Amino acid sequence: MAKSIDVSDLNIYYGDFLAVEGVSMTIPARSVTALIGPSGCGKSTFLRSLNRMHEVIPGARVDGKVVIDGQELYAPEVDPVEVRRQIGMVFQRPNPFPTMSIYENVLAGSRLNAKKLKKHAADEIVEKSLRGANLWEEVKDRLDKPGAGLSGGQQQRLCIARAIAVEPQVLLMDEPCSALDPISTSAIEDLIHDLKSDYTIVIVTHNMQQAARVSEDTAFFNLAGAGKPGRLVEMNATRKIFSNPDEPSTEAYISGRFG
Amino acid sequence: MTTTATTGKTRQRKGDLIFSGATRIAGLTILLALAGVAIFLTLEGLPALEAGPEKLQGADSIVAYIGPLLFGTLLASAIALLIATPLAVGVALVISHYAPRRVSKSLGYAIDLLAAVPSVVYGLWGIGFLGPQLVPVYEWLEQNVGWLPFFAGPASSTGKTILTAGIVLAIMALPIITAISREIFAQTPTLHQEAALALGATRWEMVRLAVFPYARSGIVSAVMLGLGRALGETMAVAMVLSASGIVTFNLISSDNPSTIAANIALMFPEATGLGVNALIATGLVLFVVTFAVNFTARAIVARTEKGNR
Ligand SMILES: Nc1ncnc2c1ncn2[C@@H]1O[C@H](COP(=O)(O)OP(=O)(O)O)[C@@H](O)[C@H]1O
Ligand SMILES: [Mg+2]
Repeated sequence: MAKSIDVSDLNIYYGDFLAVEGVSMTIPARSVTALIGPSGCGKSTFLRSLNRMHEVIPGARVDGKVVIDGQELYAPEVDPVEVRRQIGMVFQRPNPFPTMSIYENVLAGSRLNAKKLKKHAADEIVEKSLRGANLWEEVKDRLDKPGAGLSGGQQQRLCIARAIAVEPQVLLMDEPCSALDPISTSAIEDLIHDLKSDYTIVIVTHNMQQAARVSEDTAFFNLAGAGKPGRLVEMNATRKIFSNPDEPSTEAYISGRFG
Repeated sequence: MTTTATTGKTRQRKGDLIFSGATRIAGLTILLALAGVAIFLTLEGLPALEAGPEKLQGADSIVAYIGPLLFGTLLASAIALLIATPLAVGVALVISHYAPRRVSKSLGYAIDLLAAVPSVVYGLWGIGFLGPQLVPVYEWLEQNVGWLPFFAGPASSTGKTILTAGIVLAIMALPIITAISREIFAQTPTLHQEAALALGATRWEMVRLAVFPYARSGIVSAVMLGLGRALGETMAVAMVLSASGIVTFNLISSDNPSTIAANIALMFPEATGLGVNALIATGLVLFVVTFAVNFTARAIVARTEKGNR
């Protein structure tokens, strides 16, 4: 189920503005890859180019190649809607559908894929996904209540449950803990640990301890200067990045000398 | 520094007082005007209870007089909303979510212009153009689906039917419903739209998952405002409708119920004595219906909004 991702020479634009330039990297399967870097360096932009969410912004486009399991993401015959069904995404701010119940939130993706879902199958997906997101015990008695009534951390786990309910190959997370308290954050970090045996996970984080705790590999992005596009400076095993990085600017960033 | 702060504070307090006084007066004025209208309509309408058939265009009592008019008003408005709502919501969606920015802007302007057209013009267009154009359609309806009571016929040869009136009213209600819906669609949080897209929703699925649930109560208010326009519209209906004061669901014949507003406009110039009171009584009924519509709309909006939380 999990797939590795090969990115080569990717340039990402907003209209005429080149936001991210020349990224090449290989993201291994069944492993957690963290993206770090100062704000504005294009981490979110890059992440959103991996499931073709970037292009929903008017004027936004990319050139270059992203290959997942031999399939080129930006080939002309590829339907972005299909891509997004295979690659789940969790956003910075929890965004369950406010009018839907917890139950229906989890099923939202499955209902798109298969219109007719038997009650029994639906129940199974809901329980499995909520268990997968470590939320089942907390909400099993109020599945018909609106998702918006949960706490921020629970809402974020509900969003993770919604994303994994369709069993995607890849899970993208954009600073999933930045709006959460420390306890919810640690619940989500535990969850990421559990999920990596099944999913290829890419997580953007501004918290370097978090990158060190959850990821196998880390990619450091940086801006060459004000107004210049963001670039990938270095990608290495997380242990190496945090102990003995190849690039001096990586060293400077993780030791807190800027950013 | 401290002194200026204190004087600033007191001055602001005085400003607050004046402002709150002004708003309170404005609010009271509106309430007084409303109450004044209600009292006037009631006092002037009550004597009509005694009116005889000669003052009620042949009806036996005021109730028998108002009934068909109320029926006609509601029927014409219902037709108008049935046509206008899906159209307006569709156009609003095209403007907010489908068309490229330049196209949607000009489309928006065009719709707004529709709102600026005086109702007499709609009336003229209705009798001069739309009605005659619809005659063959009505004939076709009578021949092919005449077994439905709505299209029993005989088809009007002038096109001056309640269906034509309903269509004209729909076009008049369209701009306001479109404008409000479009505003609300455009305000749907990006967060929820992206949540749907990231799950692999097509644009239409995204609209159903994120936009409609967010906009539901807004659409209800928009439709109610459109209904307000349709209920109270006078000139266009008076011109377009050939009314005979009957109660029927037959939408395409030349025997049609009239509406309260159109009836007042047509009859008032020649009304005398209790006839005037009778017309005012119908006005009171229209006033109450409009009030009830607004109340219901508010109740619906309040309930769906509570559901959102
Ligand atoms: N919707 C957008 N339209 C135009 N420019 C954008 C948009 N979103 C982000 N950018 C620009 O792209 C660059 C990278 O932003 P982003 O990917 O959000 O950075 P990060 O997530 O690393 O903080 C920034 O210069 C930002 O101003
Ligand atoms: Mg970001």
